[in-house]
Parts: sequence; C-alpha cells; structure tokens
Amino acid sequence: MATTNPELVSPTARATRSALREGWRQLRTPIIYLLPAFVIMMVVTFYPLAFQVWMSFTDYGVIKEEGKQTLNPFGPGGTTPPNYRPAQFVGFKNYLDIITNNPQFVARLGGNFDFWRLLAFNLWWTFSNVGFHVALGIIIAVLLNVEGLWGRKIYRAIYILPMVLPNIVVATVWRNMFDDQYGSINQLINLFITPFGLDPVQIRWFNQIQDPIPGIGLPLSYYAMLIANIWLGWPFMTIVATGALQSIPKEMYEAASIDGATGMQQFWRITLPLLRPAMVPAAMVGIVTTFNLFHVIYFMSGGGPLGRTEIMVTQAFKLINVNQLYGVAAAFSVIIALVLIPIFLITNKISRATESYDV
Amino acid sequence: MSSVTAPRRSGSTAAGRRLKWWQQLVLQAICIFIAATVLFPVLWIVSMSLDPRNISRPTELNLIPPGASLQAYLQVLDRPTANPVTFAELAFNSLRLAGGVSAFALLIGVSAAYAFSRFKFPGRQFMMIAVLAITVLPSVATIAPLFALLNSIRVSSAIMSIVLILAGLMLLGLTLFAVLPAIRLGSAGPGNYFFGAVGLVISFGLIYGGLAPARSEVFVLRNSLLGVGIAMVSGALPFAIWNLKGYLDTIPKELEEAAIIDGASPNQVFFQIVLPLATPALAVTGFLGFTGGWTEFFLSWQFLTDPKDFTLAMSLYNMTGQYAGQIPWSRFAAFSILLSLPVAIVYLLLQRYIIGGLTLGGVKG
Repeated sequence: MATTNPELVSPTARATRSALREGWRQLRTPIIYLLPAFVIMMVVTFYPLAFQVWMSFTDYGVIKEEGKQTLNPFGPGGTTPPNYRPAQFVGFKNYLDIITNNPQFVARLGGNFDFWRLLAFNLWWTFSNVGFHVALGIIIAVLLNVEGLWGRKIYRAIYILPMVLPNIVVATVWRNMFDDQYGSINQLINLFITPFGLDPVQIRWFNQIQDPIPGIGLPLSYYAMLIANIWLGWPFMTIVATGALQSIPKEMYEAASIDGATGMQQFWRITLPLLRPAMVPAAMVGIVTTFNLFHVIYFMSGGGPLGRTEIMVTQAFKLINVNQLYGVAAAFSVIIALVLIPIFLITNKISRATESYDV
Repeated sequence: MSSVTAPRRSGSTAAGRRLKWWQQLVLQAICIFIAATVLFPVLWIVSMSLDPRNISRPTELNLIPPGASLQAYLQVLDRPTANPVTFAELAFNSLRLAGGVSAFALLIGVSAAYAFSRFKFPGRQFMMIAVLAITVLPSVATIAPLFALLNSIRVSSAIMSIVLILAGLMLLGLTLFAVLPAIRLGSAGPGNYFFGAVGLVISFGLIYGGLAPARSEVFVLRNSLLGVGIAMVSGALPFAIWNLKGYLDTIPKELEEAAIIDGASPNQVFFQIVLPLATPALAVTGFLGFTGGWTEFFLSWQFLTDPKDFTLAMSLYNMTGQYAGQIPWSRFAAFSILLSLPVAIVYLLLQRYIIGGLTLGGVKG
C-alpha cells in the first residue's frame, strides 16, 4: 500500500484528509505567528529552566580542594582542561542542606543562613509593605478626590514622582539617606531635636544589631527599608484607587447623605466595597513584585545585619555571586518557584473571581 | 481602567460643594506634608549634585549649597568611577543592551501576542499559563543555569565576528524583503515602518559588533553584552508577550473581521490594522522593557568582567555605600540624576498609557 490511487481511496479517508487540510489551513496562521517566540523561548527560557532543575540535583560549581573546578569542558584549542570535572549527581542533598540548615552548609555561607527565618522574613516583608501601600494608596486617593481641594493637579503631579524614578536609583539614594554618619535622615532628626537641648543622634540604621522594638524580632534595617519602600510603592496604589474612585457614581453618595449616612459610613459602606475590584488585583501585582524586590534589599541593607533582612532573591544571587555554589543556587531557585506557585495561583484565582464583581 | 470616566473628572466646577476654611486648611496641611515627604529625597539629591565643593560626604542639610554649580556633572561625564571609562561609554553600553533587548522582545513578542489574542489552537491555554508563570518568576532565579550555559559557549573571536556580520546581513536582507515591497506599492502603514526601523537598527548593531576589533582571542558569550542581552531576553520576552496580549484583547475585533470580509490576508490584517491600533501598547511595552534593561543590575554584575562592557547601573552600585570609597557624594548624586532623567522624562510623557497598561495587566490576570 505504498501508493494509493486517488480513485480507490474510500470517501471517509478523503473526508479525513480534507478535514486535516482544513485544520492545517486554520492552524497555519497562528503557528507562523507563534513560531519565532516559541523557538526563542524554548532556547533561552525553558531550556535553561529545565537545565536548572538538573543542576539542582548536582554539585555543579563546587570548588574542590585540588583547585578551582572549571564549569565548561571546552578548553583552548578544543582540549578538555585538566581541572574540568563533570558535575556529579547528589540527589536531594542541595534541597536538604537548604531546608534543614545543615550546619556545614550554613558555615560555608558565613554562618548567618537560616532558611525558615529567611522565608518568614520574606513573607512578612511582602505583606507588611503591600498592606501599607494599599492603605496609604486608598487614603491618599480619597483625600485627593475631595471636591473643592485646592491644587489637586499640582499634588497629583508631585505624587507620581516615586513611580517615575528607576527603582535602582531610589534604592541607592535611600541607602545614602540612611547612612549613619552623613545621611540626611539622621541630619533631619538632629535638626528637629537639637533645638530642644538633646544631643545629636547617630542612628546606625543598617548595622545596629539590637532590635529597636523589643519583642518584635525585626532589626532596625527592616524599618529603614520599610520606610523607603512605602515611599516607593504607594503612588501606584493611589493611581489605581483614583481610577476606581472616579467611576463611582456621585449619586450614590448623594443618596446616602440624604439617608443620613455620615462621611465615615459612606467611606466604609460605599467607597471601600466599590474600590475592591480594582484594588485586589493591584495588591496581587504588588505582592508578587514586593516578594521579589531585589533592588531595595540588595542596595540598602545588603541583607544585614547578620543576614536577617535577606530575602529569597538576594540570597539566591549571593549563592552564586559570593559563594559560587551553582547547584545549591539552582535548588534554591526551584524552592523560590515552589513558594511562588501558590501565590501565583491565588493571584490568578482572585483576580479572575473579581471580574464578575465589577460595577 | 483609570481613563474610563474622564468626563466627570474636572474637580471644582461651579456645582462642586465648597469646603469650609478649616477643612481646606487641614487637608492642605496633609497634602503639603505628603508632598514634602515625596520631594525630600529628590531635593536632597538635586541639591547635593549642585555642590561644587567636592567634599567627600555631606555634613549638613542645605537646599541650595554655597556656590552651586554643575561641576559634579562635568566630572561624572568625564570619568564617573575609578574605572577608566567615560559616562558616554557606560551609557552607550546600557543603551545597546536596553534598546536591543526591548526591540527584540517587542518584535518577536507582538506576533505571539497576536496569535494568543486572536486565534484558537490546541495548547493555547497551556502555553499562555507557561508564559504568565515565567513573568511571575524572578529573573534572579534563572541566573545559575543562564550563567552556566552561556559560559560554555566559547568561540574564537574571528569566527564570532564573521557570525555577527552574517547574522546582521541576514537580518538586514530579511527586513528589506519584508518591508520594501509594501513601500514600493505604496501600501505601507506605520506597522511596516516600525518593523523596518527596528530591523535596521538591530542588523546594523550586529554588523557594528562584528566589525569592532576583538579584545581577546576567545569570545566567551557569557562575558559579553550579547550574552547579557540573551539572558535578559529570557525574561523580557514573556513579559512583552503578556503585556501586549492584554492590550490586544481590548481592541475590538470588528475592524479585523470587516477587513477579512473585504478580502485582506492575515498578514495584511496584522500589519495594517492591528499594529497601528496597538501603537500605544507597543510604545509602553517597549519603554518598560527599555527601563528594565537600562537599570538591569544583577545579570551584568555577575556576567561581565571587562570595564569596557560595564553599564550605568553597575557603576551606580560602585558609587554607593561601602563600595563608594572616596568618590564624593556630589558625583553620586549627579550620576543618579543623569541615569534617571531619560527614563523619567519618557515615563512622564507616556504616563497615561503606562498606567492604563499596568492596571490592565493586573486585572486580566
């Protein structure tokens, strides 16, 4: 049956073939349009991710006693360099080292690593920041929406500044502002307290090990970064809230005030529920962004003091940049992905769930 | 989302209720306080950048430093860090990296976004979830495999030059082939010109890279701007696809359907109807990608070793905190202003579209 005479082909086979041809005709365009992105993402995104999973089960990049191990088998002139040793399979060792805080492994990182503290701090960092962002964002949006307020346009123009500046610049500038000797924050504090006969302070924002508020196990550098990141984050929430506020019909407030509702009641019963559909997705975006906020942590505290303000992404970077433990870093990144997946799924679910809530 | 109810916006019209004087006073006080907190870091950095005294650290707060001048800016433009590179060289590296990555991601991303937005095909849902999941994953988390893989790609520099020139010529040919017929026929729309311009810039960039004299015998892809660019595309492309798809979803399909009834081919629909309509989204996505590249830090910090390849963001880190050494803070201030200014100005110009896009991306999760 190598060749088939078209006349001998049964009608059903012909129908199948024409259906196939029809199917290809319909699929041709989407396939052509997707192909470039598909090929490139396979090579530069998905293949590295798969490679990363493999790496996470090996001792890739471990520096051996016999000298620095090279990562690539190709030496000059096509020879294999003598210090090349292929990565060896180590099973779940990297994962176990991380989640059980293996003392040997922790010592190798400088003694300050504690996975569960890191994870807890990262989550607390995320939710405390986004909480402030959303609350301030709504309050300031409502404030700017008050009718008859002078200079609204000017305030709106000023308030967008933190969004406009690149994150990396904001983080480095705040790092210098919180400098213990020359920073403007300490200078500003002294400007206010010295007239009252108090001695000038030199708060060591990033290096003080003692917790400022006893009982809450958070170092001073956390508060410094919280201030900086609140400054950075609330304008976005204000803009989202303003957009939603302006779509609330004024008649609702008029009706409410005729019925005798006070300003506070109007805020809790009308404004907040109607802001919810816009704010929930924005908060979700904020949560993912803040969870992965590399710049602020890395440039401000650098994870200090004693690694207590490290978050997952800065630790992952240090595992490579400082410790050169590629296998461990790969395992660590897989763990980051595992932590983010539930957050991602919840985000997806909530933001879709709100669609039907829209007014 | 924010632009839905423009008509009701203009605030204190005649019909608006008037505030009592004390209410106005309290609200003004709060607003001014917030404005002060927003402006404080900005004013601090601006006033510091104008300080001509070249003192290594500021010891007091002053709005306008004595003898304010632009001296620090001149010093920064000449030689910002201890490395023997000028600001222009650093900026050129950042520009190539950011421009190349965002243009490439845009070019490849918009066609994929169109496919996701307009066609039904098997595996569509699965692929979209894969793309979205990648955008949630932090790019720091892919640095280990990218480093290892790009580090193992080594060729002799002569071969690399030839490869770059050939790739540039091929892309040039492809661009001209795709764009010239339409221009000759006079049916070229903004979409054609956009694609043509981007293709031309990238191909000339590749040819330029191939013609530049080699710095070492072996070309290690990891230790080059091209390698950093490839690593950045890994995250920038999914972002571009997702962002553009969200926007294309909001464009009504009727125009395209009408065009198809009139006998337009899928390519004509894409180039002459979809792309012109998507211009704001292309501008915003391109700009967000550019900003990401312009301020990219960890990949270049981890990958690059030759000061000739260093970028602005890397130099900013060199001027901060414990790495600053004796570099005066006035130079740090001038440098951060010069780094921010281009993206800040474009952000303000595109503000309306960017904010619409950001909230859109969030809502259509």
